[in-house]
Amino acid sequence: MTLTETRTDAVAPSASAAPRRQADAPALFEADDISIAFGGIKAVDGVTFDVAAGEIFAIVGPNGAGKSTIFNLISRIYEPTGGRLTFQGQDITNVPPHTIARRGIARTFQNIELFEHATVLDNLLIGRHCRAKPNIFAEMLFTPGVRRRELEHREAVEEVIDFLDLANYRDQRISGLPYGVRKVVELARALCARPKLLLLDEPASGLNTEETEEVAFWIDDIKNDLGITVIMIEHDMSLVSAVSNRVLALNNGRTLALGTPSEVQSNPAVIEAYLGGEAP
Amino acid sequence: MRILFKTSYLDDIRLFQHSGQVFWYGLLTVGLLLAPFVLGDFYVGELSYVFVLAIAGVGLMLLIGYTGLVSLGHGAFMAIGAYTNTYLITKGVPFLIAFPAAGLAALLAGVLIAVPANRMTGIYLAIATLAFSQIVEQLVIRWESVTRGFQGMPVPAPELFGHALARPWEFYYFCLAVLILVVLAAINLTRSPTGRAMVAIRDSEISAQSLGVNLVQYKTIAFALSAGITGLGGALLGHKMRFISPDAFNILLSIQLLLMVVVGGLGSIHGAILGAIFVGGLPQAIALMRDYLPPTIARTPGLEPGLFGVVMVSVVLFEPLGIYGRWLKIKAFFDYFPIYRRATFKRQRSYLKTERVR
Repeated sequence: MTLTETRTDAVAPSASAAPRRQADAPALFEADDISIAFGGIKAVDGVTFDVAAGEIFAIVGPNGAGKSTIFNLISRIYEPTGGRLTFQGQDITNVPPHTIARRGIARTFQNIELFEHATVLDNLLIGRHCRAKPNIFAEMLFTPGVRRRELEHREAVEEVIDFLDLANYRDQRISGLPYGVRKVVELARALCARPKLLLLDEPASGLNTEETEEVAFWIDDIKNDLGITVIMIEHDMSLVSAVSNRVLALNNGRTLALGTPSEVQSNPAVIEAYLGGEAP
Repeated sequence: MRILFKTSYLDDIRLFQHSGQVFWYGLLTVGLLLAPFVLGDFYVGELSYVFVLAIAGVGLMLLIGYTGLVSLGHGAFMAIGAYTNTYLITKGVPFLIAFPAAGLAALLAGVLIAVPANRMTGIYLAIATLAFSQIVEQLVIRWESVTRGFQGMPVPAPELFGHALARPWEFYYFCLAVLILVVLAAINLTRSPTGRAMVAIRDSEISAQSLGVNLVQYKTIAFALSAGITGLGGALLGHKMRFISPDAFNILLSIQLLLMVVVGGLGSIHGAILGAIFVGGLPQAIALMRDYLPPTIARTPGLEPGLFGVVMVSVVLFEPLGIYGRWLKIKAFFDYFPIYRRATFKRQRSYLKTERVR
């Protein structure tokens, strides 16, 4: 039996069994048949999913499955070769990348992309950039208006600092911070943009068990208290099953399964992709 | 050691963090204001030269130190500023209009070079800016109807409200005023969204973009602003030298500017000023040293560029944070005495890109 056959066999039943998002809740985000190819390699090949407002949606899959590529497509860093991305009913497939944040999509990165030589506070303030309306002439004079807006940004940032318990690190430079704290700072920076949709790229990678549990609580809080919808890429299945409503499993850029965490975990195609064995 | 007790968000915004800073910067200002009364014309002139360099240095610092874009051609913007200023003055335009116009001309040139520069980074950008400075140099040489080519142009003393700033101390105060304004504008910028966006581009373009920073727009702003300020410096340099010719704005000037920001300490306005003091003061120091050195060394041609090179390499090797970085370390040593650790300023290794490289 070839791989392709397995895949087609497996997708059909799981897709039909997958709980569709509640019909009354409108989809916040939709990816419709998106694809991207780098040369001859199809990193993402016709993936379709939608995320309802208030949902925690996880994307899992082995290394190289195309998970981060999907995030980069949503952030418009990559140009999709096919398909459509819709956010809040608006087509965002072709908008300029820097407008994504203002529309309400914030993200973190797999390899932490913080501003190394700035303080935690400055990093978080940069997170406010999409909510700022910079006027360079007023800024050079530092007019009262600029000062007032700076204070407003600071207040918004302090709320996030309280929320994620970062007060101890406020004035420290990123370059001196331990890994776990950096992960939290990056999450905080994304929250400072006041997003409606948060993309978390492996929020628990490199964290120990306790830190991972903490992340699980935060993700729950982000959804419940801040009302932010989350799409996360994660390898840690315990975290995925603990927090996510639905899971999308990818392999080689294609959808393997889409459903509740337990459904996806018991899906034979998913088991085969992870363990490499013959499906039972 | 001073412990800051912050009670308001304004504590992080205001120019001076504590009364100590107010005192020392106040003392510095008073000292600089009194300097012409104490120093002779020669040293007043040398100080104004340092101010002029510092103005250009602040301009370049915004680009290299804050936005992380390297330029090997900032001498060209000084040339554009100097020639625009001089040309307009000789055509009868008052200095108070010609001077900002010089900055504006350089600013527009900065926008022009930002167009290709937005597609390049690192060494390629450095080479592109180097090429740009060569083009400008050739333009200055060939466009004789405006620049008088190799003949050069005499630069009249700047005139403020009908009064010529002919004496060194008058020019000194003018340069000091411009420097203070430029430094204030730069500091204000770095504590507002635009400055933070520039820092964001320097440290991670990809996350700057995903946080809503328009890379093309902010790189262009950085180039334009940097070029404009450097152009103002160039206009003043013309007045300082009283005569401009193409060879005053050659590649060596660009390299001196680069040296200034690197030796001073990248990423801080202090660095630009300290670098200017270094670059402006080194020739004087060499001149003083000549008397005490063995004649074979003292008479060697190229002693100055040679020393510049040695200093540049040593700074990159031993003190990447520059003079200002060294100063911070010394300060920290005394602040934390006796528990200062060398590792305080060491960059911590973070094991991010080991396992999963893409």
